[in-house]
Amino acid sequence: MQTTKSHPKSLFPVSTHYCAGCGHGIAHRLIAEALDELGVQDRTIGVAPVGCAVLMYNYIDVDTIEAAHGRAPATATGLKRVRPDCIVFTYQGDGDLAAIGTAEIIHAANRGEHFTTIFLNNAIYGMTGGQMAPTTLVDQKTETTPYGRKPSNEGFPIKACEMLATLDAPYYIERVSVATPAKIRRAKKAIFKAFNYQVEERGFTFVEVISTCPTNWGMSPPDAMKWSVEHMEKVFPLGVFRDKGAEKDRTETGADK
Amino acid sequence: MKQLMTGNDAMAEAAIQAGCRYYFGYPITPQNEFTAYMARRMPQVGGVFIQSESEIAAINMVMGAAAAGGRAMTSSSSPGISLKQEGISYIAGDQLPAVILNVMRGGPGLGNIAPAQGDYFQATRGGGHGDYRCIVLAPSTVQEGTELIQDAFDLADKYRNPVLILSDGRMGQMMEPVEFKPRPKAEMPPKDYILTGKKGRERRIIRSLYLKEPELEAWNKIIQEKLMKIEENEVRYETRMVEDADLVLIGYGTCARNSKEAMRTLREKGRKVGVFRPITLWPFPYTALSEVVKKARAALVVEMSAGQMVEDVYLAVKDTRPIFFYGRMGGQVPSATEIVQKAEKIFTEKL
Ligand SMILES: Cc1ncc(C[n+]2csc(CCOP(=O)(O)OP(=O)(O)O)c2C)c(N)n1
Ligand code: SF4
Repeated sequence: MQTTKSHPKSLFPVSTHYCAGCGHGIAHRLIAEALDELGVQDRTIGVAPVGCAVLMYNYIDVDTIEAAHGRAPATATGLKRVRPDCIVFTYQGDGDLAAIGTAEIIHAANRGEHFTTIFLNNAIYGMTGGQMAPTTLVDQKTETTPYGRKPSNEGFPIKACEMLATLDAPYYIERVSVATPAKIRRAKKAIFKAFNYQVEERGFTFVEVISTCPTNWGMSPPDAMKWSVEHMEKVFPLGVFRDKGAEKDRTETGADK
Repeated sequence: MKQLMTGNDAMAEAAIQAGCRYYFGYPITPQNEFTAYMARRMPQVGGVFIQSESEIAAINMVMGAAAAGGRAMTSSSSPGISLKQEGISYIAGDQLPAVILNVMRGGPGLGNIAPAQGDYFQATRGGGHGDYRCIVLAPSTVQEGTELIQDAFDLADKYRNPVLILSDGRMGQMMEPVEFKPRPKAEMPPKDYILTGKKGRERRIIRSLYLKEPELEAWNKIIQEKLMKIEENEVRYETRMVEDADLVLIGYGTCARNSKEAMRTLREKGRKVGVFRPITLWPFPYTALSEVVKKARAALVVEMSAGQMVEDVYLAVKDTRPIFFYGRMGGQVPSATEIVQKAEKIFTEKL
């Protein structure tokens, strides 16, 4: 795997509608690079969410369907079952995946559907103007938690990786960040791995990307990056929550013994 | 060769024979036999069966499967069909084919598991948000159910539009002799919209989002023009003894069966009664119905609802003839005897 400096083939050479300092664009690029390096652009089908990334197909150059809010994992299930030879992925925000679409993601993961989910967690609803997300931090102020998120009224942030890691079927679950170049390199490896496992027909793969929403957080892009590292990563620790491939390698090489 | 089967089993077998290879559903009475049949049969024919986590998930799986070019369907009963409305609106907005079977039960709310026809408005007026229509087919026998579900797949593919089939708890559970006749393969338009990966062609997008108003209006016009073609070409109905009828009984599904039985009794008594049975509830046979009723003196609409299809009958007949209504609710079925009584009352008091 190489780090691509040139423009990925799977990414249109256009500027995006995302705000400055938004993590969506970086995540798109990492997906495009992974598809390029695996050589699967021509057999990939993307499922766009409802959220700021609803226009994902304007940037990632693959066959794409736009799902209803939260339903991407169900739509992807239908696609992948009909086209097992295609590489299918959903791209979802935290409102899409961890609020309205909680049932769909849990059950697709639990069936071990052979697609990849890239879950962009920015702790807020970006598209609708900054309302509380299920991943909004305690005391974080949003349009709908103007005094800060209070556990007594809104509960606590939902941890998608930890929740999905309670299931037996998922093959690979990792949480990464795109806040610094080093973290982006790590994120790139994770996204590549997730797609590679899909190419190898291993099972359901899931990468959560801790991201930013400077616009609705009311911060400058650098401050937003800093806040995501200092505050979000405390609640959403980065790391691998499941990697059946690595476990398999360990047992095969005897590293476990 | 005829075999005795329940409506649910027979229609499931017919769907398989129509080439349906992707079924997604969530349990609900009185359609469970349909889902169970699919669970048994799909693995035998190399198809996919998924018991989904909800009706919402099931319809979105259908949407994904259709987008990938599979012949896909889901089935449910009234409360579950309510949950599918979001997905049906997206399927219509995406112009994708899909077949949805509603084995209707009593409502509103949880209602009960007895046969009903309270979902007519939901089925024929859209049900979900936005300007669209589903093609709605209403069989009245198990045999016809098997034929219509096969037609449903062809219609869905031909027009790239969701097709609803309205059965009910009685038709789903009742046993009748059926024969699966081999069907000539219908000529279908090429599926030049499906997602397979862009190898060797322009990449494709399936969406209903058009942020610019003129674009969305243009997309809506394409859908509306298609719907007008369906209205021109796909209207279906059946008539019985309407030529000399004074009173026309109008009913679909189970109510048409009982209306026919009532008609026979009334004819024996010398009453000139005919039956008009819409087979497509959308497109509704307005013109044909209006012509039939104009030749008679009055119409009696029979429904298992508080009166839903009767509004379409009004739209067809307007005030050219008096329209009477007899409906039962709560899972009660208007019996032939009740229809006869109601008709007799009309003959003696109103005509
Ligand atoms: C059924 C439905 N409910 C609500 C909405 C409005 N809506 C659009 S995007 C969105 C939330 C998006 O937030 P998130 O998933 O976190 O993505 P982000 O915009 O932050 O990337 C909502 C509630 C909708 N389109 N459909
Ligand atoms: S609103 Fe937030 S999530 Fe949406 S593009 Fe702007 S920064 Fe990104």
